[in-house]
Amino acid sequence: MKKAIQLTINGQPVEASVSPNQTLVQFLRDDMGLTGTKHGCGLGDCGACTVLLDGKAVNSCLVLAVQADGCQILTIEGLAENGKLHPLQQAFVDKGAIQCGFCTPGMILSAKALLDEKPNPTELEIRTAISGNLCRCTGYQKIVEAIGEAAEVIRFREES
Amino acid sequence: MGDYRVLNTRAPRIDGPAKATGQAKYADDFKMPGTLYAAILQSPIAHARILHIDTSKAKKLPGVKAVVTSREAGLIKYGVSPARYDETLFAHDKVRYVGDEIAAVAAFDQDTAQEALSLIKVDYEELPAVFDMFEAMKEGAPQIHNEFPGNMNAEVHQEFGDTDAALAACDLVIDHTFLNKRQDAAFIEPHSCLAVYEPSGRLTLYTSTQVPHYVMRTVAMTLQIPVGNVRVVKPYVGGGFGPKCEATPLEMSCGLLSKVTGHPVKMSYSREQVFLHSRARHQFYAEMSLGVMKDGTMVALKNKAVLDGGAYTSFGIATVYYSGSLLGGPYKLKSMKYDGYRVYTNKPACGAQRGHGGVAHRACFEQLIDMTAEKLGMDPIDMRLKNIMMTGDMTVNELDMSSLGMKECIEAIRKGSDWNNKKGKLPKGKGIGMACGFFVSGAGYPIYRSDTYHSTVVIKLSEDGGMANVLTGSAEIGQGSDTTMAMIAAETLGISLDNVRVYSGDTDYSVDLGAYSSRQTLMTGHATKEAAEEIKSKIALYLSQELNVPIASITFGDGIVKFDGGPGNFDKLRTNYIKEHRGWTDPPSGEYLTFREAARLAYLRAGTIVGTGKYKPPKLGGSYKGAAVGTSPAYGCSAQIVEVSVDLDTGQITVDGMTDAHDCGLAINKMSVEGQMQGSLSMGLGECLFEEVKFDSRGRIINPSLGEYKIPTALDMPKVKSIIVESNEPNGPYGAKEVGEGAIMPTIPAILNAIYDATGVRINELPVTSERLFMALKKNAEGAKI
Ligand code: FES
Ligand code: FES
Repeated sequence: MKKAIQLTINGQPVEASVSPNQTLVQFLRDDMGLTGTKHGCGLGDCGACTVLLDGKAVNSCLVLAVQADGCQILTIEGLAENGKLHPLQQAFVDKGAIQCGFCTPGMILSAKALLDEKPNPTELEIRTAISGNLCRCTGYQKIVEAIGEAAEVIRFREES
Repeated sequence: MGDYRVLNTRAPRIDGPAKATGQAKYADDFKMPGTLYAAILQSPIAHARILHIDTSKAKKLPGVKAVVTSREAGLIKYGVSPARYDETLFAHDKVRYVGDEIAAVAAFDQDTAQEALSLIKVDYEELPAVFDMFEAMKEGAPQIHNEFPGNMNAEVHQEFGDTDAALAACDLVIDHTFLNKRQDAAFIEPHSCLAVYEPSGRLTLYTSTQVPHYVMRTVAMTLQIPVGNVRVVKPYVGGGFGPKCEATPLEMSCGLLSKVTGHPVKMSYSREQVFLHSRARHQFYAEMSLGVMKDGTMVALKNKAVLDGGAYTSFGIATVYYSGSLLGGPYKLKSMKYDGYRVYTNKPACGAQRGHGGVAHRACFEQLIDMTAEKLGMDPIDMRLKNIMMTGDMTVNELDMSSLGMKECIEAIRKGSDWNNKKGKLPKGKGIGMACGFFVSGAGYPIYRSDTYHSTVVIKLSEDGGMANVLTGSAEIGQGSDTTMAMIAAETLGISLDNVRVYSGDTDYSVDLGAYSSRQTLMTGHATKEAAEEIKSKIALYLSQELNVPIASITFGDGIVKFDGGPGNFDKLRTNYIKEHRGWTDPPSGEYLTFREAARLAYLRAGTIVGTGKYKPPKLGGSYKGAAVGTSPAYGCSAQIVEVSVDLDTGQITVDGMTDAHDCGLAINKMSVEGQMQGSLSMGLGECLFEEVKFDSRGRIINPSLGEYKIPTALDMPKVKSIIVESNEPNGPYGAKEVGEGAIMPTIPAILNAIYDATGVRINELPVTSERLFMALKKNAEGAKI
């Protein structure tokens, strides 16, 4: 018993039929081939599956695909524009915020949700925004620095 | 330090853009037409005899392609060290822990595979089980393996000098005990594997592992496939930290099911299964005595270890040796005695985890040094400096510190943390503590007895000469080894990092023992350097023949080739190159011959230009039993200072700051070195303050999720000051050595010493939750009243 849904993924309208118990992360990874969204626990604990749903960071393992009907989804694959890394992606690369990279897509999207709302966050705000995204590799320091730097780049870009 | 162009910089990782955009592929991202999905049936009982397994119903379920048990898999024993092969792929006579594998199923989809598991009927006869290591050692305890009476999996007894006599002659002897808890590695990517068995008899595994080479060997052995027909490909890996250092039942089951069905077979562990598979940090009990003279000179150390190994050996033999061999340094001692026991219990097997075998004992020892310093009225830093080993020193157990910037590390953190103005001067509830540690840069010997090279590398130039392709079996697991090898190749060839590509993690590319014991930089680094040097000499030879110049006059660097330090006369080469590449966008230009043109000439003379490199350590270590474990061509070392605030009413601990110095030899990539240091600190902080895998009374894990099992979040980590100390390691490529594991050594004791400084209470059991500290504070206050 599949259900038809219509949604926008990374700016592209998508029509699909999904089973009622399929999670959004399964739908994105298995049906859409968007494997940049990672699956680390399936329980809402690790944040590796974070995507933006109508601009808000959500754990896509806790959202059913049917719940995304009519929504705008942004995954890590939709962040770079015209082959150019988004400032957050660039800062993660430049600042050494990536090691194994498994937390990175979710981390970057949580950071994006933060910066969209608070272009000039404090360190504590940054740490709080990513506190649902676990990283076992980096100790977070370089991630926090990268998000701070990206915020600056984005602000500068918007001012000029 | 040398004058480097590529090395010793903060170059962004070469895999950064792929990982930042989601293009990087991990094992679970692979898909193949016709793939079946597999699932494993695991024991719900901790200890039981298997009376009967009935798979008939599961086999009949529509959509199921195969069900395998020990009948199909056979009973070939495997493990990590051939001296203790004590596992079979599927349990046949007994199950020994909750999670022991009994059968596996392959079906057209995941749901069907899961449903089939529920249709397999297993009759058990439950046996008494034992979960505590001390209980397991007692007479009459349930026996887990018949071959190992008393549940004694491994025993180590080593003594250097006469420790009892030395202790008796000391002015002061202090004792301490310490107990950590079982830790989970909690890498964010669960294990995942896709197995593809081809009609030709070839099996390829795409799997999340740290050690493609060992997985290849184990899988070939257990599935009885000629080893040359097994290929293991490691895509990007989402963290390993030790537990991904051995072949898993997941990999073997996928391989077997693919062989049986002829389909590709895929499986991923759930987070709970990651906890059940474990192979992570043991629980250690340490009992130690340190003897010193009045002036603070350390003389003798006695060390006893009991390790809760769980139901199988895994890496455990090495672990129980490491708890002894990696202890004495970086301090000079006259004698040292070690007795270690690794005990079987009915719990998931423990194995290697970051700082293998050394972390808990280091925590005990470094507390003991502080306790001794306090008794002697010495500053803990001065006490350590008094006894510190220097470059060229040898530990009592004959580990050779061919470079050791320990003193420099201590001085760096003393200054970096403003220790002199803080130690002894902080208000109650605030504390500062320090500790040191050291670790191997790669194990001196492979896991199985062999004369094998530990690393080989092939570098192949592209036909236009513009790109050097590095082929290696080494394992990029997040630590940055691909970038390290690219940097070493670029530096050696004298070209830019953009002109190097790394293909890694594939047993078809080269031999490499993989990412464990902090070995890739030193060992694969050597092989990469040697391969690049061979390329250079080939190019130089053909240039000298073509241009009729002496080989010795030719030098490489900055992407160009010089002749006697000048441009030389290479016009005909350039003309020829441009003629051959008419219409291309990037003709070579400039006043010097480019590397690209020189490499093209070499190609025209000799075909594809390939350089190979290899490395194995020289024979290392003493001649006593077990002398091999702990040997390494080089040792990294580190020192840390931690500052804490403790709420004396609740026991709540806040880590306010950490200052960390690590000697990694030449820092090939400073940004990656800091990354390893900071990651180590967070893993150590987690183990110290909140991580603990807990079991119920029947051996079931009660917190097998990242929600219940807490690892540090961004809010738990303080700002860390990372100071890189560089020595010149004679046995390392370009003077480089480890950073991946040594950096975790001082973290736990530094925190514990800081807590003591803040509260006057010594904690000797982890994790130091606020509850544990509160109870200790209460007990201390009551003690003071009496
Ligand atoms: S996979 Fe969704 S939170 Fe872990
Ligand atoms: S980089 Fe590995 S989990 Fe964050």
